[in-house]
Amino acid sequence: MNSAADFTSQDSATRISVGDAITPEGLGASSTPAPEETARYALLLGDDCLILAQRLGHWISRAPELEEDIALGNIALDLLGHARFLLTYAGSAWGKSEDDLAYFRSEEEFRSCRLVEQENGDFAQTIARQLLFSFYTHELYQRLIHSADSTLSAIADKALKEVDYHQDHAAQWLLRLGGGTEESSRRMQNGLEAVWPYLEELFADVEPTAELSKNDIAVLPSSLRENVLTRLTAIIEQAGLRVPDAKGALGADRSGRFSEHRGFILAEMQVLARQHPGATW
Amino acid sequence: MSIKKPELRAVDSPNQPITQDAHEAADDARVGWEHFQQLMEEDKRVEPRDWMPEQYRKTLVRQVSQHAHSEIIGMQPEGNWISRAPSLKRKSVLMAKVQDEAGHGLYLYSAAETLGTSRDEMYQQLYTGKAKYSSIFNYPARTWADVGAIGWLVDGAAITNQVPLCRASYGPYGRAMVRVCKEESFHQRQGWEILYTLSHGTEEQKQMAQDAVDRTYGPALQMFGPPDGDSPNSQQSMAWNIKRFSNDDLRQRFVDMIVPQAEALGLTLPDPELKWNEERGHYDYADLDWDEFFSVVKGNGPLNHQRLAHYRAARDNGAWVREAAAAYAAKQADATRGSALLSA
Ligand SMILES: [Fe+2]
Ligand SMILES: [Fe+2]
Repeated sequence: MNSAADFTSQDSATRISVGDAITPEGLGASSTPAPEETARYALLLGDDCLILAQRLGHWISRAPELEEDIALGNIALDLLGHARFLLTYAGSAWGKSEDDLAYFRSEEEFRSCRLVEQENGDFAQTIARQLLFSFYTHELYQRLIHSADSTLSAIADKALKEVDYHQDHAAQWLLRLGGGTEESSRRMQNGLEAVWPYLEELFADVEPTAELSKNDIAVLPSSLRENVLTRLTAIIEQAGLRVPDAKGALGADRSGRFSEHRGFILAEMQVLARQHPGATW
Repeated sequence: MSIKKPELRAVDSPNQPITQDAHEAADDARVGWEHFQQLMEEDKRVEPRDWMPEQYRKTLVRQVSQHAHSEIIGMQPEGNWISRAPSLKRKSVLMAKVQDEAGHGLYLYSAAETLGTSRDEMYQQLYTGKAKYSSIFNYPARTWADVGAIGWLVDGAAITNQVPLCRASYGPYGRAMVRVCKEESFHQRQGWEILYTLSHGTEEQKQMAQDAVDRTYGPALQMFGPPDGDSPNSQQSMAWNIKRFSNDDLRQRFVDMIVPQAEALGLTLPDPELKWNEERGHYDYADLDWDEFFSVVKGNGPLNHQRLAHYRAARDNGAWVREAAAAYAAKQADATRGSALLSA
């Protein structure tokens, strides 16, 4: 044990890593800086993953079963990985690191959607949130693989393989809870009702996304809507549950009008880093 | 090697009249006993299907399940820092680590299950507070530096304890230990590296690191258990090739390992009597506070109640999920049977 450089390994047996052609560190060091608008898009995508990872991380040691501590931990780790790629790439436009962006932006500066900011609730509500987000990102990354921006395309390619598992995990639990006991079916339905109003925001054609989609750099959000809804409807009905008829909740378009939860999430996440500005960890 | 010949019990209930079957079982047990004896003498592995003395089985179930419980409760102090980790990279490494500990719990519960005790039964023992787990986890992880100190000292002590357990006579336990040890050594390096970064950072960070080491050192040394004179079960475990070295031997080995590591960190260990003994070829260290240790074991540590309450809340909140999963699996099985009948 002499050189600190030997101590950076992240190996772990419970973690299944799907390829590691790119790393956040490598991305920061090597690739060409993101153009300004592309960076703003990457930031928006990355914030979603970061906030959801932060939410899911809370389940570790609190899950209904040991296997779920591991599964939810895996998903949180994957999402954190996606966030690190996207934030690192975004930061390259402004000479900022992933940590500058994660720890030193204010509530107003985050671009996460309200869906990922929703509370964990009970296990069913967490599964409902996972279901919506994983179905949405699966559709998104499938398209983003063909982005004209080669870094975004590479990130989407790596993330897609992992989101495939997230989708499956959420769908399996949806079926189990929907078809399990009376209580689980009621809770699962409640979970869907709780998060459904925040689905529509994911399909809003906000800027810079809409503009970037014209050059095939970004995916136009509204173009994802039909496929995502069709697939969600099918799996929810298969689980013997109802698609909520809640309309999209007004008031957010990723432009700084955010949920009441965001401030608390950031306060907790950023507290230590902000107590020691400029420190290395 | 002295092994007390166990009472040969042919059947589970001692009151059952001796029947033909019982005689045959008694013969089987005698053959089993001789086989077991031979395995011990040749230092070979006992496998789940082998006959084993009841006391051997009990000792193992107790040790392996306690070990599993420690992994599970051990997720809490560090899990406490996942949401506040000061960089995304540290957050990611910490999440993977805590998740590894859940994996260790799984391997170990599975190993214990091969001895005939179900996972639910072991969960229940932890839930009711009947089962013990490593006392160190009843201390709070107050600052980020605790995450480093836990990795370096607690995972470090665990490795020192567990490397010899890879050769434990019970096959499934030894094999589980091999997998666990590999990961624990990553954990120890990660912890050391956190402390190294802190001790080379700002004055406040260095202070944070020193403070965490000061608090963790004593309880970490106590992870090896009471001094040899006060450890009644150790002798038997050593005769059974479960334990290979005494508590004090392992503790000494650990102290000898961490002293130079602490120097490399630029931190001090909180023991003024710590010094190299040329004659013994080991570091001398001061007596530990065993009154405190036994008090924590009895349930009076700073966080015994909180740790158990956290565990219970997770089990309670998850009960309806487990019921649903079981009900769903049963319905699926029925459906499969039904369609098999139809197609027959
Ligand atoms: Fe462990
Ligand atoms: Fe560990």
